[in-house]
Amino acid sequence: MLILTCPVCGVTAEETEFHGGGEAHLKRFGPGSSEGDFHDYLFSKENPKGVHLERWRHNNGCGKWFHAARDTVTLEVYGTYPAQTSEPPQDIKDAISAKRPGWTWRDFS
Amino acid sequence: MSTRLATGGRLLDKSRQLKFAFNGKQLRGFAGDTIASALLANDQMLIGRSFKYHRPRGVVASGAEEPNGLVGMGTDDSFEPNQRVTTTELYDGLTASSQNHWPSLEFDVGVINSKLSRFLPAGFYYKTFMYPRAFWKHVYEPIIRQSAGLGKAPKHRDPDTYEHFYAFTDVLVIGGGVAGLTAARAAALTGARVMVIEQTAHWGGRAPVDGGSVDGQPVDTFITEIVAQLDAMDNVTLRTRTMGAGVYDHGYVLGYERVGDHQPGAAGPRHRLWRIRATQIVTATGAIERPLSFAGNDVPGVMLASAVRDYAVDYGVSVGDRTVVVTNNDDAYRTAITLKKLGLDVPAILDARVTAQDSPLMTEAKGLGITVMMGHAISSVKGGKRVTGVAVCSQAGEGAVLKEIACDAVAMSGGWSPVVHLWSHCGGKLIWDEATAAFRPDASKAPTGATGEGFVLPAGAANGVLHLGAVLADSDVAGYAAAKAAGFTPKKPAKAPQGNAPDEAQMMPVWMMPQGAGYDKRSKAWLDYQNDVKVSDVQLAAREGFESVEHAKRYTTLGMATDQGKLSNINGLAILSDTLNQPIPQTGTTTFRPPYTPISMASIAGEARDERFQPLRRTPMYDWHAENGAYWEPVGHWRRPYCYQRAGETIEAAVAREVTATRESLGLLDASTLGKLMVKGPDAGKFLDMLYTNMMSTLKPGRCRYGLMCNENGFLIDDGVVARIDDETFLCHTTTGGAESIHGHMEEWLQTEWWDWNVYVANLTEEYAQIAVVGPRARDTLAKLTGDDISADTLPFMAWADITLGGMQARAYRISFSGELSYEIAVKASEGRALWDALLAAGAEYNATTYGTEALHIMRAEKGFIMIGDETDGTVIPQDLGLGWAISKKKEDYLGKRAQARSHMTDPKRWKLVGLETLDGSVLPDGAYCTADGTNDNGQRNVQGRVTSTYHSPTLGRGIAMGLVLNGPDRMGDVLEFPKVDGAAIKAKIVDPVFFDREGEKQNV
Amino acid sequence: MSNTVSALNGASASGYVQVHEMGLQGMITLRGDLSAKKLVDAAKTAGGTNVPGRGHIALSGAHGIAWMSPDELLILTPYDEVDARLEGITSKLAGTHHLAVNVSDARAMFAVSGDDALVRETLAKLCPVDMSAAAFAPGQFRRTRMAQVPAAIWLPETGEARVICFRSVAQYVFDLLKGASLAGSEVGYFR
Repeated sequence: MLILTCPVCGVTAEETEFHGGGEAHLKRFGPGSSEGDFHDYLFSKENPKGVHLERWRHNNGCGKWFHAARDTVTLEVYGTYPAQTSEPPQDIKDAISAKRPGWTWRDFS
Repeated sequence: MSTRLATGGRLLDKSRQLKFAFNGKQLRGFAGDTIASALLANDQMLIGRSFKYHRPRGVVASGAEEPNGLVGMGTDDSFEPNQRVTTTELYDGLTASSQNHWPSLEFDVGVINSKLSRFLPAGFYYKTFMYPRAFWKHVYEPIIRQSAGLGKAPKHRDPDTYEHFYAFTDVLVIGGGVAGLTAARAAALTGARVMVIEQTAHWGGRAPVDGGSVDGQPVDTFITEIVAQLDAMDNVTLRTRTMGAGVYDHGYVLGYERVGDHQPGAAGPRHRLWRIRATQIVTATGAIERPLSFAGNDVPGVMLASAVRDYAVDYGVSVGDRTVVVTNNDDAYRTAITLKKLGLDVPAILDARVTAQDSPLMTEAKGLGITVMMGHAISSVKGGKRVTGVAVCSQAGEGAVLKEIACDAVAMSGGWSPVVHLWSHCGGKLIWDEATAAFRPDASKAPTGATGEGFVLPAGAANGVLHLGAVLADSDVAGYAAAKAAGFTPKKPAKAPQGNAPDEAQMMPVWMMPQGAGYDKRSKAWLDYQNDVKVSDVQLAAREGFESVEHAKRYTTLGMATDQGKLSNINGLAILSDTLNQPIPQTGTTTFRPPYTPISMASIAGEARDERFQPLRRTPMYDWHAENGAYWEPVGHWRRPYCYQRAGETIEAAVAREVTATRESLGLLDASTLGKLMVKGPDAGKFLDMLYTNMMSTLKPGRCRYGLMCNENGFLIDDGVVARIDDETFLCHTTTGGAESIHGHMEEWLQTEWWDWNVYVANLTEEYAQIAVVGPRARDTLAKLTGDDISADTLPFMAWADITLGGMQARAYRISFSGELSYEIAVKASEGRALWDALLAAGAEYNATTYGTEALHIMRAEKGFIMIGDETDGTVIPQDLGLGWAISKKKEDYLGKRAQARSHMTDPKRWKLVGLETLDGSVLPDGAYCTADGTNDNGQRNVQGRVTSTYHSPTLGRGIAMGLVLNGPDRMGDVLEFPKVDGAAIKAKIVDPVFFDREGEKQNV
Repeated sequence: MSNTVSALNGASASGYVQVHEMGLQGMITLRGDLSAKKLVDAAKTAGGTNVPGRGHIALSGAHGIAWMSPDELLILTPYDEVDARLEGITSKLAGTHHLAVNVSDARAMFAVSGDDALVRETLAKLCPVDMSAAAFAPGQFRRTRMAQVPAAIWLPETGEARVICFRSVAQYVFDLLKGASLAGSEVGYFR
């Protein structure tokens, strides 16, 4: 069972306080978008073996959403960061690079 | 015979004699005994029958690895099957009974299987019960069921209590032997928080039995002192009777504490499940001795050499008068020496090795006058229910008998396997150690945690280190390393304890005894005692192509019994490797999975049983409902009245009465469970326009509007009435089940997509008690309680107003889910009961009738109102339900709008909502499908629609239903057929879904 | 006020610690920009104390303020003062984006009292939180899970804990606390 640190309230807690919310940094496609873009937005989610950026909600805590950079194989947590961003902050990218040089995830690396 | 010795028994309190019963026989033991030691003290060597062949079986081991000694314990509500006799402490009045035999332990007819063992080879079931196929259900399955299962399931309710406990520590040490204690001290001296858990009731593990000295003192003294030292440290927690059950991700460990097993009737929980989060874990879990594979190694009286020694030293029990020791290593000599010193006869030590010179232990044994036969082995064991002797042969040969030795016990040792389970649970890797012929932890491949660093360190025998001196040194290093990895450094350098024990000669791997044993012997050499797997079975599996260790395990059931192969795995995979002619590391091990030994299901449930099984949500009027005949319906975690039953009234009659009374005069509904979300801010209107399919920003303060919410897939997820409180504030009603999820939905979009919008949401669901006052007399009733103007002009349909009602501040919403004149009244939850009482009193003259969820459903169905969860199932869009009027055409965007433009969503062939009226007035079955012509590719009848809601309408006196039907709205008057489960079909006509008061005259008064 | 009844109407249980439903307790949810001086001032006035930092609660007699999240405070006040204090906030924050609402009736509050170590033990049986004195001290405020429901806990002083949960599950939480503190089930973990 994972432990995560909520970057919003600062609490480090076990997984049962949180709820996973799938891939992070989704770009919403609404009316007027192409069939392909909209399909990908809804259904084409990253499911990497390794570095992953994902959403979590501290639902049995402060109630806030945040993002986690995590390894889906080793379960290592590189860091967590607030959800109000469209890309991972540099310190998170650096933390991942330190452990997994050359990592990529969608457009990020 | 096995008996209690006059002296010895370091764990016993001989001043406290305990009575217990085994198979109805009254026996005596001492405080400190396990069931196993007490049975052996009473010469009860035969303890059970094996699972497959029903062979007589006795105790083999003295700890958690015991495969045979499983009994049913207790009676009636305290009965529990499969309790391990070697790990269950004796208490006064304990009753135990043997398992797996019929009619009695001494005489068992199932033993015939043993005679047929040649015909019951590995994979027998797979091979035999395949054909003819029809036999499976009616012949094979009943027979197999009859013989399946170990022990009998308890029939009574468990009266004990169980609980969890969350503990956090820097260093967790699993195992309280000398290794664990040494590691704990090394860690604790750095200032780290340390917790030590030990599965037995005693500290020190088996070191006191093995002897040796520490810092010049006996091991016992060392243990007493180090435990006292640890106990005195504020940063150390010591728990006995607490087993490390499993190691999981990120340092999570389950500890299983048997709080009350040894003291039934005492206050407190029976078991406590420790949910421990440790920064670093030291596994000081010791090692388990391996049996040797020789013919007849399962005859009662053949035991592990260490167990024979344990029973003598710890419990003052001799398992036999004449014990032959058979071994491939030095450790078993300790058993021979111990027995001899207690005055017991050891006719011979059969040592499979041939050594150039005697080790100190060999010299000591010989000095005591014990015959040591090097290069010798057991050809076969004599005896059935008890060992009567052994036939001796050369290890190197095929088993030609050189001599026979009469004896009543055999102490065997095949070497020691580190207990690597807890190291391995979370991914720790193993390496093969040639010197000890065992797998041990590969320290460079520890399980890694949240930081990516290893978080488990093995120590002592669990690390493959067997000599006392090395064990203490290794553990001291491990404990310190764990504390350091947890962020602590020593205040002063700690001195590691110095252990002293005789040097030992190199052991020699012996996987088959004798080495050249033929089929006859191999088919009597047991690997897995509990599941009756023999050397020959594993060899057969390999020949038949089950070469992967995981396949061979499942095919033969090796290691799949309740002991999970603690004795059998290494021996089994050595045989497999030998048969496949490959080195053991190449064969590898099966996967070690938690728990280490079985733990009670009740401990996993913890407090979650009875009234605490699940949170049961209560409205403020709950007690009134309970006192007035509520027939409950679970709605999420809420408990809502389905109806209120009067004495002698059926549920159907109660529902009909409630509907009729409401339609005719006055009904009251506890609607407190409805979700109530306050949405406030300058951007609240814009936000709700995105959330709802219709326009909410144009709603005027003081007014209400019904709205639909969809997800991004376009599917309808919730509905409800939105009231605009003021310019910036809306109150959104959700369904009962949607309160939390829709609140979460709103927060998700606000936090992760539109975080720059100025909107705050608060969930006020439980702040208010809400009561629907429904029926022609609703206004009359309220008028009696308020001086405020609630006339149709001032408070028209779909408006709300703050009023004073019965002296309480209330908000009245004129909304209707029944088609009647209706007010939903919200007051503070703390006043909910008072308002309920006041309304009942005021409405008494109008026959105020409380109604439940079923009446609510019927009335809404009579009006053709949809219900989330009935008409919707996560695949239905508003357009399917004729709710196009509630979808804004003007809005550029709302959640789900883009999805609803996808081709499948706009397909005219989507099933659409209609009303269904049975021709004979009966009620359609819920969920029934209506058939169409032809069949699909699977040969099933084509379908063209299904029932989503169906009720008997008391108002109309007939069955009514709603359903989704292909081209439904265009087929009014068509008659469809709905087959029932019994094959008959019900005919129903497609009609308008509004069955009652189509013009809405009743609610608009 | 005689019509006004808290979730469990002051129920209590006595095991190795005392569990007591504290009756009607005033609570106001205040959401807004916690860095804005205007909002902080309004909160201070309503809560009778300074605004606490992240993960903390500030108490002053019958009043207090708990930090719920970066944009939310919970103001504690006697039940019959809620309307006035809410009005105070609303008038002070007129024109400022915020949300202030009475949530007193949506919640239940419990006191767990007794030996400090045993009070901590009771909570440690139910919440996945390090309840040791070193990790959780008076002044800290923790929102977490109590068995299967959300809860908030803090320690007003040694040997005293407070638990807030939703009103509808008050009986469940009471049963949890009562069951966890049954005499004879002491763990002896904290000292």
